[in-house]
Amino acid sequence: MNVAVDTLTLLPEVCVLGGAIVALLAGSFLPRKHQLATRWIAILALMASAIAAAVGMAQPSTTIFEASFAVDVGASFGRIIIALATIFVIVLGIEELSGTRRESETYALLLLAALGAMLLSGASDLLILITGYLLTSIPLYALIGMSRSPGAAEAAMKTYLLGALLGIMMMLGVTVLFGVGGGTSYRQLGPALVDAPAAAVAVGVVAVLGGLMFKAGGVPGHFWIPDATQAAGTAVAAFLTTVPKVGALIAAYRLLDIIPASIDWPLLVGLLAAASMTLGNLAAFWQDDVRRLLGWSTVSQVGYLMLPVAVAGRSDLALPSLLLYLAGYAATNLTAFAVVAALPSRRTITDYRGAARTHPWLAGALIVSLLGLVGTPPTIVFIGKLTTLAAAWDGSLVWLVIIAVINSVASLFYYLRWLAPTFSRAVALPVSPSTSSPAAAAAPVRRRWAAGSAVTGAASVLVLGIVAGGILSIAGSPLAH
Amino acid sequence: MLSLVVFLPVLTAVILVVVPRVSDRAARWAWLGIALIDLALLVGMWIGFDSPKPGALAYEERLQWMPSVGSSYHLGVDGLSLPLLTLTAVIFAACAVYALRENDRPRPQAALFLFLQSACLGVFAAQDLILFFVFFDLSLVGMYFVIAGWGHGNAARSALKFFLYTFLGSLALLLGFIGLYLGADPHTFDMVELARSAPFQDNPVAGGFVLAAILIGLAIKTPTFPFHTWLPPAHTDAPAIGSAVLAGVLLKMGTYGFVRIAMPLLPDAWRSWAWIIVVVGIVSVLYGALVALAQTDVKRMIAYTSVNHMGYIVLAVGAAGVVSNTSAQAQQLAVTGAVVQMVSHGLITSALFLLAGVLYERRQSYDLNAFGGLAAPAPRYAAFFATAAFASLGLPGFSGFIAEFQIFAGSIGTVPLSLLALPGILITAALFLLASQRLLTGKTRGLSTGFSDLNTTETLSIGSLLVLSVVIGVFPRFLLDVIEPAASVVVNLVGR
Repeated sequence: MNVAVDTLTLLPEVCVLGGAIVALLAGSFLPRKHQLATRWIAILALMASAIAAAVGMAQPSTTIFEASFAVDVGASFGRIIIALATIFVIVLGIEELSGTRRESETYALLLLAALGAMLLSGASDLLILITGYLLTSIPLYALIGMSRSPGAAEAAMKTYLLGALLGIMMMLGVTVLFGVGGGTSYRQLGPALVDAPAAAVAVGVVAVLGGLMFKAGGVPGHFWIPDATQAAGTAVAAFLTTVPKVGALIAAYRLLDIIPASIDWPLLVGLLAAASMTLGNLAAFWQDDVRRLLGWSTVSQVGYLMLPVAVAGRSDLALPSLLLYLAGYAATNLTAFAVVAALPSRRTITDYRGAARTHPWLAGALIVSLLGLVGTPPTIVFIGKLTTLAAAWDGSLVWLVIIAVINSVASLFYYLRWLAPTFSRAVALPVSPSTSSPAAAAAPVRRRWAAGSAVTGAASVLVLGIVAGGILSIAGSPLAH
Repeated sequence: MLSLVVFLPVLTAVILVVVPRVSDRAARWAWLGIALIDLALLVGMWIGFDSPKPGALAYEERLQWMPSVGSSYHLGVDGLSLPLLTLTAVIFAACAVYALRENDRPRPQAALFLFLQSACLGVFAAQDLILFFVFFDLSLVGMYFVIAGWGHGNAARSALKFFLYTFLGSLALLLGFIGLYLGADPHTFDMVELARSAPFQDNPVAGGFVLAAILIGLAIKTPTFPFHTWLPPAHTDAPAIGSAVLAGVLLKMGTYGFVRIAMPLLPDAWRSWAWIIVVVGIVSVLYGALVALAQTDVKRMIAYTSVNHMGYIVLAVGAAGVVSNTSAQAQQLAVTGAVVQMVSHGLITSALFLLAGVLYERRQSYDLNAFGGLAAPAPRYAAFFATAAFASLGLPGFSGFIAEFQIFAGSIGTVPLSLLALPGILITAALFLLASQRLLTGKTRGLSTGFSDLNTTETLSIGSLLVLSVVIGVFPRFLLDVIEPAASVVVNLVGR
């Protein structure tokens, strides 16, 4: 083992960590009107991280630090998606965040949470998994509470309590697995768990999965998602519904890949997936607040994303479809949030009435993102859904495929509830309590960064769908243990 | 060449949306111009068309798309798709002419219809299941916005019902496609390769489920009884040109799916399920005709006759799968008739829906009883309506006769039970005569008073559709020469 080489392999993570520290220090010294320098520091650090990760993909996949951290296709995709998604979040939030009292702290916390998610996506040791979990969770509590409204305080408290509970469960699970497996690295655990008592392995796996489901925002760890999405700032909401999921789902895949068939974990994960997509959809049906609606929609999306996790290692398509869907989901979900960020005075579905007239480009981005979330071709989520369904069927979970299809149809209903008023002929002006005058609502968008990122995001959703073949073949290589 | 035909409309649509300050007038004429150019290109392809050998395609194009999941950008034309591609271009061109005088947001309307045209052409040109699905779903999205944006009455609700229902169908179809993909060895989504390897030959149970998923998807789209309930509200509340495209082109995607996907790719399962398909066809024929007879709303009536007319096609393709010894010729006749019926129904029903649209535009009503004696104030309208009605009930000299004659001759030859569907023709005849009588004859009364006759654009668009129906009815050879070789290929594939 060579510590220097291993550390160099971690360059993407090091960039993010350095960016966070520099942003925090610079923020403490800079006068308020120059705080925006920290934004560029954060973006540069994330760009450097993404480039380092992309360059690193040319290397053969390997594990470092005595097999505790994998540098393979899963980790690379995780790093690139997380870095790019965090840049997108910062850009869509430029108007919302600039000039606020805690601008630099927000960027530093976003970077730290992103770093935690990167650790999750590469963790091939249970202890690293816990570190990643804590590193994503703690900045999130602060980020959610930062908007200082009663709702945000409640959401932060809820998130904290649930996170602490499921975090302790996770540590318990790690202890049990360590006890029966005699080690914490996946390389050791894989063979050791084959002969371990099935009940103990099941307890350990369930407890660890519980923690990961909290991060992914899927059943049973989903309660904080709608509250936090509604009450936190839009940029933070976009971040917390996207980035932690990427890390947590890759981590879950990596873990389940080594769990032996002595317990029927595909059934367990399949049930969790079915519960997530169904519950998320049912709860989203009659939401009027668009951010709460998006919050529930992300819960249902986790359900679809868990299809390939449920057949981890049992279908050649499982890993590529998961990584493709994660990339597509991140782009599509962030685009929807960018539209919300660009129209801050419109909070409910009825506020969007006639928005297509006043903001045609944003309305176009909204169609692409919402129909994209449904899985309408040719968007990237369509290819994601197609391949995940094929993978789950290939792994003989046909019942789950049928549930996923029925849920997709159901989800169309609430996305259309939002799209229909947007494209209706009558222009009703926003009447939400916090809104400005009618004239201001009809005026052209002033949040140029948010609007620009919405349109860019929509374009990327379409372009990614066309180049999906290339992504799938890159994502085709196996994980490193 | 084929890609150009498919993507030319949508590229124009993008230009119309993106370029600022395109005037309404320019948008309308650009729409018409592109629709005509597309039609001219297809006519050119028809002239240069040579029936490809079995298992081959004309104007084939293939590019890599997703090699790791066995899907490619694969377009091609044969005797089944060429008539439908041309039909699509004809109907969209007729709609562009019809819409020349409309004033309701012409620029987005033109862009939307051009987008929809590309989606529809893509469905009929695609030779890869995923590509087929992409275009299939995009046509739903386009039609949703047509109904929701330009419809009347309870448009938002009807559009929602249409989208949800047909989206369910498209996902059932997708499930079937995934099943086909996993059943093929090596895994592929390519229709030509799948037709060659015919997966599930040795696994009838799995093949049956995959066919069931595909059949449900196609039956919703077609629609056949009992999946037709989305159709009447969607038609009633859609704008005239939306209805014309919905009935003329979108419904054909369902029936086209039978001959393009279900029959050649799952021959074993098709043969074992053929009886059910025949029965569904007969029920659709009779049920559609009877319910149409009871309607007083013109558009609902035409919508239900569509269920009836689509029923003939389902009957024919079902009969083509029933095993018998010496019936290859009859089966080929039935499949040929089915494809001719697709073209014929597209032309005639689009014309009827445009005529119904004229009623609504002048008087905001579709109620047959509110009109009467239209022949006096609007003789040209009356002549067109009567012509379209006679064409639709299958009078000799019109395309419908050629189609229905072949369907019955072919189906009864293999399945004598098909005789049960014959009363459908009688009922349809009765209902069209009744409707014409109520609407056109007698004393001019009610909303008919002061009804202005068809103007130039209406005459041109509706007239051209009817003329084509007559041309096919009198000189069917040019069409049959294209369809027959392809139909025999399909029958051979089903019979293997």
